[in-house]
Amino acid sequence: MSTVIATQAVAKPNPMANLDELVEQYGRVPAEHFRYCPGCGLGMAQSALMRAFQRLQIDMSQVAGAGGSGCYSIMGHYLNMGVLHGGHGRGAAMATGMKLANPHLTVVNLQGDGDSLSIGGNHTIHAARRNIDVTVVMFNNFGYGDTGGQYGATTPKGSFTETSPYGMPEEPFDACKLMIGAGATFVARSTVYHAVHLTKVLAEAIAWKGFSFVEVMQHCHVLWGKRNGMPKATDMLNYYRDNSVFSTPNLKREEQEGKFVLGVLHKQARPEFTEEYAKIRKLAAARAGGQGLSPLNTGGAV
Amino acid sequence: MTRTLLTGNAAAAWGARLAEADYVPAFPITPQTEIIELLAEWMQRGAMAGRIVMLESEHSMLTAAGAAAATGVRVFTATSSQGLLYAMEMLYTVAGWRVPLVLVNVSRGLAAPITLEPDHNDVLAVRDSGFLQFHCATCQEALDGVLLAYRLAEDARVRLPVMVNMDGFYLSFTREPVRLPEPEQVRRFLPPFDPETLYFRAGAPRSQGVAVLGGAQYSYFRYEAHLASLGALRVFEEAAAEFARLFGRSYAPLETFHTADAEFAFVMLGAFATKAKQAVLRLREAGWRIGLVRPRLLRPFPAQALVEALGGLRGIAVIDQNLSTGMGGVLCSEIGAALLRAGARPVVAGYVGGLGGRDIPVEEFFEMARETKAAAEAGRCPPTRLLYTEEELRQTRALQAIAMAE
Repeated sequence: MSTVIATQAVAKPNPMANLDELVEQYGRVPAEHFRYCPGCGLGMAQSALMRAFQRLQIDMSQVAGAGGSGCYSIMGHYLNMGVLHGGHGRGAAMATGMKLANPHLTVVNLQGDGDSLSIGGNHTIHAARRNIDVTVVMFNNFGYGDTGGQYGATTPKGSFTETSPYGMPEEPFDACKLMIGAGATFVARSTVYHAVHLTKVLAEAIAWKGFSFVEVMQHCHVLWGKRNGMPKATDMLNYYRDNSVFSTPNLKREEQEGKFVLGVLHKQARPEFTEEYAKIRKLAAARAGGQGLSPLNTGGAV
Repeated sequence: MTRTLLTGNAAAAWGARLAEADYVPAFPITPQTEIIELLAEWMQRGAMAGRIVMLESEHSMLTAAGAAAATGVRVFTATSSQGLLYAMEMLYTVAGWRVPLVLVNVSRGLAAPITLEPDHNDVLAVRDSGFLQFHCATCQEALDGVLLAYRLAEDARVRLPVMVNMDGFYLSFTREPVRLPEPEQVRRFLPPFDPETLYFRAGAPRSQGVAVLGGAQYSYFRYEAHLASLGALRVFEEAAAEFARLFGRSYAPLETFHTADAEFAFVMLGAFATKAKQAVLRLREAGWRIGLVRPRLLRPFPAQALVEALGGLRGIAVIDQNLSTGMGGVLCSEIGAALLRAGARPVVAGYVGGLGGRDIPVEEFFEMARETKAAAEAGRCPPTRLLYTEEELRQTRALQAIAMAE
């Protein structure tokens, strides 16, 4: 199987690259038309994602986007790629369908934390288990933003939300650990404060052969921040700055306590699903004397 | 009794509060979320004794709700649209368990295309699940509907879950004066839930929700639920009579408006029927003998009452805020079938309007009245029509052209 990412990491990311140029090349809508809340982390995350595409010199005509429902959903429509907006949580299942039917495409699944870990948790963990070559970019804003800030599976314990006005009683997921456990072969975390790092891990994830997962800590100062003493976007960016550590082999457990551990947290290649599936089909075809199977739309890649 | 301004959502939440619901599994979805936010605040603060938990989806939410109700506690939950459909599998299951929970559905059009505004395809998609359905047109009805729903659900002759439906945005976010009954008075109407025949006990092992192998057993249990649902009509009337005595507000299975001398009538569900009321008054000023019939209960289907109200008319215009693609409006065919089986033959004109929250202006009610009258004179039911203007078509096509050009 060929992949469109033939020229990985040719250009170094230029963090100061002209934004208009970037939007022109990798977007569909001028930046002044973006409908994120002022200061929202999603704009920063979108910029990092476009820079990651730029860094990979990716052919956008070969990128398919799948998304569910959440504040982030509109991002798919701002990017210069074919995107399908589905039901809440269904992104990973949509991405699986797109990729398996068209293995030559680069499939990016944008997700929210409510999408990915709550209502769509099932799809995400099974996509990871199969190691299908899709990239999940999960925007973690600590709850359900699109419906006005209710608590969800990533809301920090004890924090205040619309449905936990006196404190959230549950333990949140560590999304990256969950994905490692489910079998994802590339797992990374970054924040919108660490824009250069975020760009780098997104590019690496998209280029990765197999299921890759990037948790993007993306603040919502309007809903979560306001209720938790960080009402400005800058408060939350500082919060990420002051509460993050980069993953290193020597990082001690106590240094990770209560921190966002950033970096590529897991990377372990294993056979990719669409390729394994193609092998089985070849084997079956050989047994049937080349007569047994009808062709699937593989875009000629298999 | 207090009189206060409440949104439809807040009124429904007050219904659950006054019913002293023990447990509320929840999941946010627009336009319902305000209900669970209010309950979360009351329950965390201790203003309500019950417990609320955000589950990870509506499917889990309904599962938790049904299982909790099977243990004999009073359960409340709420959802909308896609959420209701996501819970669909469990709607049938909990209705089959015959557990008496109450679910408020705040109607919203279904994807795709994605919308937030109301129509009734969500609640009608679950029409056959076994849930009874009570449809509201005012905020007061949303509160009272929840109380009536518990009486109905928990009655040993019924023992089916009940859905209370209201229109998203138009009712869920509209403030109206609402009378809040005193908790003591509500307790008289709705005493603490006595689970009697619900047998789930941790200390008394007994298999429940088991499979049946064979159509005879399956048919028996499904038809038992059907008979219980039909019987709920009478139970509703009893409960409504007591409600009227205690609170002074009457709820018949059908709301009728100016039908006593009518030759024609509109038939509609939900809050959009208040637009029809306004139109009826204007049409009457113009000399029309026309009225409105609005079913509050849709399941059980008040067939006899509908035949009594509509059977003698010259013509009726059924305005469906839903679309069964390839057929037309759901209410229109149900009412047509009820009239046909009763041998009553007013001309039935079917309209599909208000999809995705599209307004129905008074001029369109005038047009529907004229068409229905013409159809009655011709003695022929006209084909179903979508309420849509040329200007709307032109604007939509223009937007489509822009989208295709970019």
